[in-house]
Amino acid sequence: MVAVAETVRPLRRRRLPGSGTLSFIGRLFRDKPLGAFGFVICVFFLFCGIFADVLAPYGYNQISPINRLKPPSAQFWLGTDNLGRDMLSRCLYGAQLSVIIGLSAATLATVVSVLIGIVSGYLGGKFDMIMQRFVDAWMSFPDLIILIVVVSVVGPGMGPVIVLLGLLYGIGGSRIIRGAVLSVRENAYVHAAQSTGATMPRILWKHILPNVMAPVIVLFTTRVGAVILAESGLAFLGLGVPPPAPTWGGMLSGSGRSFMYLAPWLALAPGLCITIVVYAINVFGDALRDLLDPRMRGSR
Amino acid sequence: MQAYIIRRLLALIPTLIFASLIVFITVRLIPGDIIDLMLSSNDIGADKKSRVQLEAALGLDKPMVSQYFRWLGAILFEGSLGKSLWQNTPVMEEILHRLPITFELGLMALFVALIVGIPIGVYSAVRQDTVGDYVTRSFAILALALPGFWVGTLVMVFPSIWWGWSPEVKYIAFTQDPLRNLAQMAIPALILGKAFSAVVMRLTRTMMLEVMRQDYIRTALAKGLATRTTIIRHALRNALIPVVTLVGLQAPVLVGGTVILEQIFVIPGMGLLLLEAVSQRDYPIITGVFLVVGVAVVLINLLVDLSYGLLDPKVRYR
Repeated sequence: MVAVAETVRPLRRRRLPGSGTLSFIGRLFRDKPLGAFGFVICVFFLFCGIFADVLAPYGYNQISPINRLKPPSAQFWLGTDNLGRDMLSRCLYGAQLSVIIGLSAATLATVVSVLIGIVSGYLGGKFDMIMQRFVDAWMSFPDLIILIVVVSVVGPGMGPVIVLLGLLYGIGGSRIIRGAVLSVRENAYVHAAQSTGATMPRILWKHILPNVMAPVIVLFTTRVGAVILAESGLAFLGLGVPPPAPTWGGMLSGSGRSFMYLAPWLALAPGLCITIVVYAINVFGDALRDLLDPRMRGSR
Repeated sequence: MQAYIIRRLLALIPTLIFASLIVFITVRLIPGDIIDLMLSSNDIGADKKSRVQLEAALGLDKPMVSQYFRWLGAILFEGSLGKSLWQNTPVMEEILHRLPITFELGLMALFVALIVGIPIGVYSAVRQDTVGDYVTRSFAILALALPGFWVGTLVMVFPSIWWGWSPEVKYIAFTQDPLRNLAQMAIPALILGKAFSAVVMRLTRTMMLEVMRQDYIRTALAKGLATRTTIIRHALRNALIPVVTLVGLQAPVLVGGTVILEQIFVIPGMGLLLLEAVSQRDYPIITGVFLVVGVAVVLINLLVDLSYGLLDPKVRYR
């Protein structure tokens, strides 16, 4: 009896060699130099965002009338704006806002995508049909137009922007997860789970979700970039987090705009920040996709 | 083919119903009262009369469901999207006036995207894993990361500082002076087409790589056909079909982009109309633009689907 009990004891889960985070980063640096470069910039940007309070030489809204519109110098590395605020400090706090908005909205978007995608893909049938027509309709509206309309209704602010971007990209992204689920659900282990009477939440959680993690991770990464870009566009139109919050998009619009002719450096730093960060996230996301999920290669 | 078109049109109905519901509900998802918001944001005395008038003008005195059907009925049977709250002009008229301008900008951007994206994509695929391939691919990702509003701002600011030149900010209609109109639209179209061309380039490259591995390409090359002819006549034609799908998928992105560029370059299209309406909280215009844009995108995608048959003889509509 003892011997039999021992033979049916479930195998202990063991990680395959080379599947840890560290060795994954090693593979990234070895196989995808450009992606690794993007990864380094992403980490640097995250670091700037987290430690903005320590790194910034001045407050983001510290007004100094004698230092108005000063060009870049040893005292103000990136110059000052029309109210004498240090641009470097504002860009660093801008990174903080972008990190907060980017990560929280992308997390929300991923959760929404996974919820819709996994249920719609797994259930199929009428539910899937209706859900997909809704997603069709949703996706036929330009992101920016939905954002403008909704912000005009609920009013600008950090909370609404995060929730909106999260829902917006969440519903759109559900297609990718649904597609992945459609192929996973036909696997023998899913049929086995179904025939043993496993409940639907259990199948979704234990069998489907772990097997669509690759597209989920890639989706999350690319969404961070998309969210940061969309947020800056919204801030540029004056519909993002309201001033004096130092959003990168906001710094390029509003009152600062008319001073750019006198102080061109005002136009450079925030735009460069957005470009570099979004570029880094995109190349990192591309590399991640190639390494994790070869099937998604070439898709957006 | 005819049966296919009819089936495809019928399939549009649920999508359009959802679209109209999204528009209708979104604009009414207002915390608190739309009237309070309008009255307070426009400093109209919140007396009883203007309140009742406004409620009646917006049709808010009726229950939600009947509001929806009245709104939908007016669109379907009278072609009416209501009247602007402040100018009292029909919204439909205003939109029809602005639509061609945005359409022109979008079409020019599409032209830029295809003319830049396809050749570079082909080059990148033919020279896979060479320096040229890496450089063009890096540039494509860079073009995606560059925010259009920033490039637009730079174009407004720097040439004016350096050379005293700035883009025209007074809109010239195409009917007035076609050449000047095109010159004026060229810069925003280039900026708008930039990100799109990167997407086109990346997809063209991927598809070319796939097609170039096919047997018929090897056969064409083996029978001694010139490489150039093989690439253009045999590979590219087959690789381009997904690019057409992409045009449909990118249509909303393109329309969204026009909003920002119209604002920077002061082009009186749909985007500027929407932004003006947002700043004045002119809800009938906001609703109207929202709906027209959504329907336009759905129709563009229909056209894209139907055009497969012309491009790809393998596609049979059943």
